[in-house]
Amino acid sequence: MSFWSRLINVFRGDSLSREILEEYKAHVADAVAQGLDPLDAQRNFGPTLSRLDVSRDFRLIPWLDSVRGDAVFAWRQLRKTPLISLAAILSIGLALGACASAFRLIDALLLRPLPVDHAERLFVLSHEVIETVDGMPLTNDFFAYPIFRRLRASVKQQAELIAISYVSRIDVTYGTNADVEKANQQYVSGWMFSALGLHPALGRVFSEDDDKTPGAHPYAVLSYAYWQSRFGGDPQVIGRAFHVGADTYRIIGVAQAPFTGTETGTTTDIFIPTMMMKNNATERSDYEPFRAFVKLKRRFDRAIVHDRLDTIFHVWLREYAKTFRTVSGQEIQAYVNQKLLMNSAGAGVSKLQADYGRPLVVLGILVSVVLVIACLNIANVMFVKAAARSREMALRISIGAGPGRLVQLVLLESALLSCAGAVTAGAFAWWSAPFMVKMISSPVAPAQLILSTDWRVLGFCAGITCAVTLLLCLPTALRVSAAEPVNALKGDTLRSRNRFTYSLIAAQAAFCFLVLFVGTLFITGLDRLLKQPLGFSPDHVLTLETLTTTPVNAVFWEQVADRLRALPGVKAVALSEWPLLTGESWNNLVSVKGAPASPLRSYFLSISPSWRQVMGIPLLEGKDFRPSDRTPGSAIVNSAFVKEYLGSGGPIGKSFDMVTFGGSRLSFRIVGLVADARYRDVREPMRPVAYVPFTAAYTRATFIVRTIGDNPLARATDLRREIIRARSDFHVGNIRTQDELVQSHTVRERLLAILASFFGTVALLLAGVGLYGTLNYAVLQRQREIGIRIAVGAKPGSIAIHMAETAFSVVLLGAGVGLALGMTASRYIESLLFDVKATDVWALGIPGITILMLALVASTPAAIRAARIDPATTLRAE
Amino acid sequence: MPKSDKLQGSLEVLILKVLSRRPNIHGYAIITAIRQVSAEVLQVEDGSLYPALHRMEQAGWIRAKWSARDAGDRRRVYELTRAGHKQLAQDEVRWQSVTLAINRVLRMV
Repeated sequence: MSFWSRLINVFRGDSLSREILEEYKAHVADAVAQGLDPLDAQRNFGPTLSRLDVSRDFRLIPWLDSVRGDAVFAWRQLRKTPLISLAAILSIGLALGACASAFRLIDALLLRPLPVDHAERLFVLSHEVIETVDGMPLTNDFFAYPIFRRLRASVKQQAELIAISYVSRIDVTYGTNADVEKANQQYVSGWMFSALGLHPALGRVFSEDDDKTPGAHPYAVLSYAYWQSRFGGDPQVIGRAFHVGADTYRIIGVAQAPFTGTETGTTTDIFIPTMMMKNNATERSDYEPFRAFVKLKRRFDRAIVHDRLDTIFHVWLREYAKTFRTVSGQEIQAYVNQKLLMNSAGAGVSKLQADYGRPLVVLGILVSVVLVIACLNIANVMFVKAAARSREMALRISIGAGPGRLVQLVLLESALLSCAGAVTAGAFAWWSAPFMVKMISSPVAPAQLILSTDWRVLGFCAGITCAVTLLLCLPTALRVSAAEPVNALKGDTLRSRNRFTYSLIAAQAAFCFLVLFVGTLFITGLDRLLKQPLGFSPDHVLTLETLTTTPVNAVFWEQVADRLRALPGVKAVALSEWPLLTGESWNNLVSVKGAPASPLRSYFLSISPSWRQVMGIPLLEGKDFRPSDRTPGSAIVNSAFVKEYLGSGGPIGKSFDMVTFGGSRLSFRIVGLVADARYRDVREPMRPVAYVPFTAAYTRATFIVRTIGDNPLARATDLRREIIRARSDFHVGNIRTQDELVQSHTVRERLLAILASFFGTVALLLAGVGLYGTLNYAVLQRQREIGIRIAVGAKPGSIAIHMAETAFSVVLLGAGVGLALGMTASRYIESLLFDVKATDVWALGIPGITILMLALVASTPAAIRAARIDPATTLRAE
Repeated sequence: MPKSDKLQGSLEVLILKVLSRRPNIHGYAIITAIRQVSAEVLQVEDGSLYPALHRMEQAGWIRAKWSARDAGDRRRVYELTRAGHKQLAQDEVRWQSVTLAINRVLRMV
């Protein structure tokens, strides 16, 4: 009989038995028909039921049949207490789903290899300045092209070096009258495709010949995904032209799916050869736009290649440092002593990874801890239920069930729970992982994380479901397999059981404290970050970044601003090169009275005369720019600037030089002093800023519009239309509110705080339910004992206090362990916290008080119940 | 008279032999055949036939099907498979050599 028919027979056990019995009966009937007495015929046949068992075992798969039987039994057990089972499934589902979705994100961001040939042989170079001014090592992933070219030549035998720029969001037009649209573009070495083993899906991809002469290769390769979404997979796309500003590119091919660049979290739509980068980017050494990827020819050459690159890099650093004229000796030393790092880039390299890698791992650990709490709760319930069934178990052992069989029964019950939980979790993770991606995406840095469900995710989910199953059944299984039937039938020893449930409660309290502690750290950090003074008022301010194809004089920019001022709903309009807090900056060294430049750089920003007022930055001394002010010439500085470079005495009328990287000096006279305002980042201390007049010709500038009404974005369409109507060569790019820009700096902190407080609440709830259930059950168990105590004169109050005492000591013990865990963990997360230490009063006090409140609330019902026990009723019931 | 337990091993070869001569018969007919051909010497306990049949079925030597006689009255009938024929040939050879050996010992002077 085949395996399949035996497998099928497992699931039709009853009809199988009927069939076999029918055969037996027919046999006896035949014997009777032959003239035998029915009783004799039956006796000749022998014992029917034991024969049936033997026959059944031949016709199905015995072990599977016992599993099926136990599963059915376990299902009935769960159905007996539907509410508890549902709560168990939901709490496991939530925690498991959170783990799964955290892992999905971790996988997509950090683990999944790039879809390239031998991703494990791909590395990326970075250089690290160790001796910095503030003592924090500064890592930079980007390189100038000349040094890249030299590095590439030095390891030609062992590896291929590939230059890949950051991804920029560009404005593209297909055809002359077509609308402008956004696309992600990346400059890549022509040999990238062949080095990564990527073939064209259509047309051809770049070769080394497409990346030789600056400005001579106006070609583009599309990513497959972009080709599909933008062109619907139209093969006619080859040869089509598109415009970016004044430049025209021709599409020569589509790269094979699913490659969308090396920047995990950003999908590249258009690849362009590095030689097409503007501003002489491939010839200059002072401009670092490229990541340098290393694709080894053989895996084991890593150390050799790294050594060789390191040597060449330092030769170049020493050479190049000789060209520095304005830099102090100490800085030159730090520059020359940089370290060259070569890290794995198999999963791609991106800012998103750097920003969110660690937070995601922390969140993953946090939700795992919540999962453990949920599991401990349910393990406790199962343990108590098994204790209630100890007589049944003892009976099973007495009639011959081995410990293995009983463990199987318990295992199946927990497997049912965890599998049901896993199904819930799957639904939850399906929804929550994309939701998280949306949360970490900001208008400044949109996150496009490809969330595919691959074998790693499925394996992780299967593994964690197994772990949950084991965790759920372990305490009960240990107990059941060690059970002595005699003891169980006589009545179990209560003491050891209680000690065990209390240690589970202590463990829960410990984990709960850990989650609360970490959550409090994140929330306190966010709170302090949000309380950082901005120095300007971002509300109702809309920023419209505007681009032109050729430089346009400031006078014409101002004319457009005048037209915007006339629109309804507009209070004031100003111009600057870019908005505050986009992360963009222009910085230079500053020298006062011809002295050598100070090591700390100052930020610079070109602003129109009304800018300060529109931004709401207070004027402390002097006056705003007038239209007659020019760059170089007049400057407005902030307080930090005065403190850093000028010292005491009124700054108005004093002069300073802006020292460019090449060493040239531009002179400025200070006409105004303004209060400090954030420029690039809200985390750094207030830095020196010099504002200079917006008077040159610009290809890009931003209209800063203070609007009337609640939602500044409501004005966006009108403003954009008015700009285009005023100047047909103006094109409006990003439109963002200043509030959005400010908030984009705290996305990570907000995400961590929101999720940590959510899971903190879940952990608290689970631990509370666990404690409540255990205490209540303990009172029920000790009803008789308490009844006797009260009968012989114990006061109800002291009974209640005794119960509460037990709860508190268990919770306090747990909290102590949790504190130790939290202190250890805090070292790992300190880099994610803004201005908070683990020893902070708030960070310790809030979780401590919360968990004590929890113990109080959860133990009150049990204490009241214990105090209300009526000895007469209880003793009579016995 | 040998009891069924002492026929362990030999029961299977007997069943195979019977089925090779008379395919598609049910359990009662197999037992009757063994009894008749052996002139009532070999008595098999009726019930022990079925576990043996089911084991052989699982081993793939025989296959079973239900054959209806009248409405609501059906019998499970068995026949040899190719593997069953091969098994029978092997068992017959082994049985012959064993009995021959035993006879030699018994004839020892």
